Formats: sequence, C-alpha cells, structure tokens
Amino acid sequence: MRERLDLWMWMAHRASAFVMAPLVLAHMAVMIYAIDEGLSASEILSRTQGSMGWAAFYGLFVIAASVHAAAGLRTVAQEHLSCRSKVLDVAALLFALALMGMGFTAVAGVTLL
Amino acid sequence: MVDGIASTETKHRDSHAGERGKAVFSPPIPAYHDAMETPSQILKVTVWRGGEAGDFATYEVPLKAGQTVLDLLGRIQRELEPSLAYRYSCRAGVCGSCAMTVNGRPRWTCRTLVSEVEEQGNLEIAPLANLPVIKDLVTDMTPFFEKWQKAKGRFYPGDTEKDRFARIRPDDPKRKAIDAAIECIGCGVCFSACDVVKWNDDYLGPAALNRAWSLTNDVRDGGQLERLRAVAGSGGCRACHSQQSCAEHCPKGLNPTAAIAGLKREIFKAALGGKL
Repeated sequence: MRERLDLWMWMAHRASAFVMAPLVLAHMAVMIYAIDEGLSASEILSRTQGSMGWAAFYGLFVIAASVHAAAGLRTVAQEHLSCRSKVLDVAALLFALALMGMGFTAVAGVTLL
Repeated sequence: MVDGIASTETKHRDSHAGERGKAVFSPPIPAYHDAMETPSQILKVTVWRGGEAGDFATYEVPLKAGQTVLDLLGRIQRELEPSLAYRYSCRAGVCGSCAMTVNGRPRWTCRTLVSEVEEQGNLEIAPLANLPVIKDLVTDMTPFFEKWQKAKGRFYPGDTEKDRFARIRPDDPKRKAIDAAIECIGCGVCFSACDVVKWNDDYLGPAALNRAWSLTNDVRDGGQLERLRAVAGSGGCRACHSQQSCAEHCPKGLNPTAAIAGLKREIFKAALGGKL
C-alpha cells in the first residue's frame, strides 16, 4: 500500500512538472511583456478581471505547483529524515492544501470582477 | 629482472615517517637505468591497507612511461609489500575486476595511466566506495551483484521451442537502446560513484538498473512485467536523482542515467495502465 502511494506520488510529481513546464514559460513571457510595456496594476487588472482564460491558466498553475511542491518536499523529507511515516503524508497534504488556498485566493483576486 | 630492478636484491624498507605519521616504503635502487624509467621520477603512492578499519601506507615507486595504476600495484606487491591484496584478471578492460578509487575517483586501474592521474608525484589508491572492504583494495562485490538480481537483471526466456526466432533489425529503436547499454563490464565504478547508493541502502544502483533497461528492450525476454515491478519500488529507478555521476565515471562511456530515465518512462506508462 505504501509502495503504491509512493509510486503515485512520484507520478503526480512528474506529471505536475510536465504541466508546469509550458505554464512557467508562458508566465515568464507575460511578466516580461508586462514590464517591457510598463503596464500599471490597473491596466493588468482590466485585462485579467472577468477573464476565464486567465483564471483557467493560473488556476491550473496553482494546482500543478501545489501538487509538485508537496510531493517533492515529501520525497525530500523521506530521504533526508530516513522516515516514511504517515505524518509526512499528512504534512504534505496540508502543505498542498495551504498552497492551493493561497494560490486560488490570488487567482480570484485578479480574475474575479 | 623486472621493471629495471634486480629481483635478487633484498627488499628495502625505509623507516622514516611519511605523511600523517605513516611508514614510507621505498624500492631498492635500480641496478641500471631503464630507458623508460629515471630515478628522478619517484611517485609517492598512498595505498589503503587493512579492512574497514585500516589505514593508508605510503610507498615510493619509480614512474614509468605507459605504466598503469594496476602495473604500479603489481610492482608494489612484488618489490615492497607481498601481502598487499588487490583484485584483477584480464588487465585489458574487459573483466571489470580491477576497479579502485584513484585520487578520489573510481576508475578501472588496468586502463588508467599513472601519468594521467598522478598529482604532483602523489597517487592515492583506495578500495571502491559504497562496498564492504575485505582487505586492502579488495571489496566485497556481493551487495553490488545481489542488486542486479533484485532488479531482475537477467534474461528470462520468453519463447518456447515452438516459436520462431525473434527477428530484430539492427536499426530497431529497442535494439539501439540495448546497444547503448549492453557494454557494461560490471566493474562497480558507477556504484561507487553514485551518491544515492551512498546514502540509500535500498537503491539498486546504476549498473543493475542499466542492465534492467537493456533487458526491458529485449523483445525475446519473458520477464518484462516482473522486472518493471522490481525496478518500480522505492529502491528502484525512482530513487535516482539524475546527478549523472555514473555516466561521468563509467569507464566504458555508458550512460546509466539515460537508461534509468527510460525505466522511469516505462514504469510511468505501466502504472497508468494499471499493471503495477
């Protein structure tokens, strides 16, 4: 059971990295564009608020980043603490939920009208 | 007469203290000047002696052109320290027996020229890391080969006598993947160089996983699923950090990291397919 959980966590870690790779590139392109064009906060918000596209883009980013970070930290903790306790599983889950909570709050803040 | 030193001369042990308070042993003065050896080129060779709890001893040995580290050890054993234990067989880079740690790096000593690895006249030779030391430079390779078996690193016949021979084209992608991994000589250099092996006792190691990968691409093999399950565990390919120390040190120029990446892809697909 534990081996199976470890395997699926590893797969989630890998799959989330696969999802994040293009999102990171797109995010960086957006950041560079916004800075180069000298967009103000109100100009950015005027483009993102009410946009389902931006909400989906950054919503997916938040999910992938939360899963990736939590699964990765769980593995790092397992290896460095030589511990495969369920406590680490719960801690990783809570960490993922916390990241998702903060992430979705931010996404809602810039995309909701 | 061997290596320019009269074999009838009595062994000479210089008792002056060397580095770190160790005894320094010197060979007898050459009876003549070999064209390839000059007394001015004296190497200070520090060699591990004892088991896990041993210590380094230092020997002074003349440097010769074209001399390998294995040649050097042979000279030390013949001329200075008959009780020195080290393992070798073919002397030609085929058998994989003579791997040791030379100046901090795991290497095959039979194909490593002293002139290319000595550092300002100093050479340190130690047993392979990550393996138990039996005596001096001889390690117990049991854990290394046991992990090959755990990784199902052997051929499982899949066909019966009623089946036709498998036809495998040389340019078949799976055949090419096998070609890239097949030349492993089982020397243990990658196992010794791997940091994950160092701190994860369960990790199967680069050589075993490289072997598993070559068999995974063998369409004749009948143990595919069993092997994928063996390498999908916590000590299997997932534990690899892709640091590529194995590829950096492999004397045959293989890339076990790439083989392990291939296994990762295969177990991912198998798990998605509900096979693991």
